[in-house]
Amino acid sequence: MTIKAATRATTAIALATGLAFAATADESADLVVNGEIEMVTRTAAPEHTENLDEIISGWVFRSDETQQLQMDDFDNPGMIFVDQGMDQWNEVAGSAEKSCASCHENVEDSMAGVRAVYPKWNEEAGEVRTLAMQINDCRENQMGAEKYGYTSGQMANMEALISVQSRGLPVNVAIDGPVQATWEAGKELYYTRTGQLELSCANCHEDNYGNMIRADHLSQGQINGFPVYRLKNAKLNTAHARFKGCVRDTRAETYKPGSAEFVALELYVASRGNGLSVEAPSVRN
Amino acid sequence: MASGVKPRVKVPKTASAGETITIKTLISHKMESGQRKDGDGNPIPRSIINRFTCDFNGENVIDVVLEPAISTNPFFEFEAVVPESGEFKFTWYDDDGSVYEEAKSVEVS
Repeated sequence: MTIKAATRATTAIALATGLAFAATADESADLVVNGEIEMVTRTAAPEHTENLDEIISGWVFRSDETQQLQMDDFDNPGMIFVDQGMDQWNEVAGSAEKSCASCHENVEDSMAGVRAVYPKWNEEAGEVRTLAMQINDCRENQMGAEKYGYTSGQMANMEALISVQSRGLPVNVAIDGPVQATWEAGKELYYTRTGQLELSCANCHEDNYGNMIRADHLSQGQINGFPVYRLKNAKLNTAHARFKGCVRDTRAETYKPGSAEFVALELYVASRGNGLSVEAPSVRN
Repeated sequence: MASGVKPRVKVPKTASAGETITIKTLISHKMESGQRKDGDGNPIPRSIINRFTCDFNGENVIDVVLEPAISTNPFFEFEAVVPESGEFKFTWYDDDGSVYEEAKSVEVS
């Protein structure tokens, strides 16, 4: 199934009924942010994503109006939260009386390229760490401050601020070596059906991307744009909050954000997008 | 005072005399409508930006009344003719009496 086919089908319906179809995406559009950052929104699938030929950013699946919001930082409502993240970056907190900036100084330099390779292995801790886990480890152990809630607004702000420094760089998550077992566990989850509807991630995002699921245009479920500003709730949403929403929609009891299961799933899903550009904060509906 | 309020504006730095330029403004504000209730069933008081104005060298460019149905972080995009060099002054009025201001200069070459 290609988006091309789906778009043609909707065009045919629109012609037949004389209705304009707002959800149709412009599949040939290029994503260039601020007229300078050129994003890769379509590329050949990495070898380990054996069931896809091409990986496609969620941006391609959105309407023209939503796409345009992401093409200029002033229009992108997600940038408000990047600003708030910057305030947090410089805010002294905790018993060590340090801010992020006390150690990492200038976020533009110290965090460049970081988002593109997370989740990744942390040798000292002997575990796979997501960006959120690393942020909270810093807060707890370096700053002596309270941890952010895993999917909280403050966490999303900080993730967005760090992600912006990698915008346009290709996602390049390692899947071998010490992370391999976690990656395999994530892959297992991706293909496991859950809930009363008995749907796996793959049923929608691999078998049916490009199709409509009622009013929604299914994407490949790539997470290169996270944290993402959603028009439906007018805030930044983290990957784990989205995972939770998806699993809930299969009518299952969900895993907890930050749980080992979701960390593994994040690693696997991120790796499926290896080669797409980091877009965060992206704009979706 | 509503928290996290921050005005932003985007105005070209230069223009030619008589040129029509596009101005974009955004203020981060929660725009609480007054229609919602909290966990205990009590109404959450209305807290919105109720007026937005833009002046150029003291002359009014746009004056907008905002209503509670306008969603969070109100964004305005409008055009203005720039006859001469000068300063755009932007003002947002909050329900709680706060006034937020921002100014941008345009150089006419």
